[in-house]
Amino acid sequence: MTRSATEPTATPMGHVRDALWRAWDSDILYSFLRSPVTIVAAVVALGLIGAAVAAPLISPTNPFALATLDLMAAFTPPVWMEGGSPAYLLGTDDQGRDMLSAILYGMRISLFVGAASVVFAMILGVGLGLLAGYAGGWVDALIMRVADVQLSFPAILIALLIDGVARGILPREVHHDVAIWVIIFAIGVSGWVQYARTVRGSTMVEKNREYVMAAHIMGIHPVVIAVRHVLPNVMGPVLVIATIHLAIAVITEATLSFLGVGLPPTEPSLGTLIRIGNDFLFSGEWWITIFPGVALVLLVLSVNLLGDWLRDALNPKLR
Amino acid sequence: MRGLSGAMPPPIGSAHRPRRWDLPAGTAMIAFIVRRLIQSVLVMLTVALVGFALFNYVGDPVNNLVGQDTSMEDRAQLREDLGLNDPFPVQFARFVVNAAQADFGISYRHGRPVEDLLIERAPATLELSLAAGLFALLVGVPMGIYTALNRRGWLSKAFLTISLIGVSLPTFLIGILLILIFAVWLGWLPSFGRGTTVQIGWWSTGFLTWDGLKALILPSITLGLFQMTLIMRLVRAEMLEVLRTDYIKFARARGLSARAVNFGHALKNTLVPVITITGLQLGSVIAFAIITETVFQWPGMGLLFIQAIEFVDIPVMAAYLVLVAFLFVLINLIVDILYVVVDPRLRVGGGGGAGGGH
Repeated sequence: MTRSATEPTATPMGHVRDALWRAWDSDILYSFLRSPVTIVAAVVALGLIGAAVAAPLISPTNPFALATLDLMAAFTPPVWMEGGSPAYLLGTDDQGRDMLSAILYGMRISLFVGAASVVFAMILGVGLGLLAGYAGGWVDALIMRVADVQLSFPAILIALLIDGVARGILPREVHHDVAIWVIIFAIGVSGWVQYARTVRGSTMVEKNREYVMAAHIMGIHPVVIAVRHVLPNVMGPVLVIATIHLAIAVITEATLSFLGVGLPPTEPSLGTLIRIGNDFLFSGEWWITIFPGVALVLLVLSVNLLGDWLRDALNPKLR
Repeated sequence: MRGLSGAMPPPIGSAHRPRRWDLPAGTAMIAFIVRRLIQSVLVMLTVALVGFALFNYVGDPVNNLVGQDTSMEDRAQLREDLGLNDPFPVQFARFVVNAAQADFGISYRHGRPVEDLLIERAPATLELSLAAGLFALLVGVPMGIYTALNRRGWLSKAFLTISLIGVSLPTFLIGILLILIFAVWLGWLPSFGRGTTVQIGWWSTGFLTWDGLKALILPSITLGLFQMTLIMRLVRAEMLEVLRTDYIKFARARGLSARAVNFGHALKNTLVPVITITGLQLGSVIAFAIITETVFQWPGMGLLFIQAIEFVDIPVMAAYLVLVAFLFVLINLIVDILYVVVDPRLRVGGGGGAGGGH
């Protein structure tokens, strides 16, 4: 049905046009347009991600510029409440920081940590899964036993442990500087198992296909076969896992930061903001903690819904 | 989980007969248990190795024990006395033997034996986990049954939507919201601590005072909400599956009342996987108690662990790790063994669990 099937193109522009046409003509787009919830989720997710990326351009103030903070404006309620100011749409925190700006920047950090952890977990998991599935034997047994053991513990516990060990090994000042990378490493390591199991399963199926055998007979190095020929064919489900994992990674980061073992207050993510605001819950300044919480929930919920839809749309059994 | 209660022929060869303990089935069972036991011991040894590595290589144990002005000779002497110069296997063996006797050394921060700290904090965590588990079961199972029996009702849709939001809300945020609504705005319930506790031997319980029970409400809802939604969805899915089977149709055809069919026949066969999952979730409830305990300043083991991480109190971290791992391994082991014992599919002639009500 697609044009690319009838008119093979050779030019680079032609490839792009083909790809766009295939996307337009696909079942995926059809199922997307048929699901209002997914459309809303996509709009919300893209809006939040766009706002986070563009935070330095669109945010009213820079929450990191200490010179601009106005202590006199501390604890200003949101604009629609009595005492609110149009300058601070969502109110201010204990240091006179504009909550809207803090949330935009916080979301930026949360998303960066989430995305980086997902990429790290993906590289680790896909690599080990490919190795286990393709090599088989004791390599497979070893990797999968480790995966089984790790899977029987909650991811958050493993992330907490890695963070705790990093605190023990690194001096305090150094840890403060590299906290964000420690968190990315911790969340990444705690999440690789899902990728590895899925990729291993599909690799074991692909391994026996004729094209792999042909490549083998041609004398291509096994590593090249695994990476260049098998890998592209097992990546489909990985994307679905990655989407859902992004939501989990953002929640895990927020939880660690809330527990006080994540990102320091100098680089506040959404979780750190919620932790800071939690101290003012009882004195009536609920907005300092609730608005970052709402931003977190909207982000996680929309990404989750998108992931669910992607899983169903890519699953041929459900069509 | 799907199809667990469906009418499946029992797998040939793995047949276990609970009533006729003939030799082949019995030995297969024992072999399975032995294999699982060895696996569990290996996992525990691995965890112990991690704990031991933490203990010995993260920071210098001697530095953590003595002050700045201790001389090099004294340090060397202490090092020798503590056995830190022994070869690795000897040290590891000593760690395992001590850990098996619940001896995890002295907390750097509290200056007291770690096992005393843990025993002191254990009742708070266990009571919280128990209350959360009860909440999850007592609310989740009826909600699951209701949504399965009234699939198109608006209340079912409301339950399912709430459960979706419940899954997307991080635990700590649920706690904060509950505190804001019920403690700050309404002022009905306390927001931190255990209230008044009663000491029974070494166990301190909050179950016996009104105060203690009130303090338990918000934390146990926070901790149990996720498990509740999980149980609800599981009961719903299993129930829908069972209601489609032939023996339910037959029961209806026999003219049994809807009540007898739904609760006498369908529900009974739904509960086996529910009990399994609940058992498996018990471990993660105890682990997730870390978050709930931090939100509500609940004086349990989780709060102790978080404080240990903040202050790099290695012995407490190592002990908590080994303890939680032990609980996980133990629960997994028990569930696995129970599974083989009670799973209707493994019974010869059990008709795939369709025997309820005969």
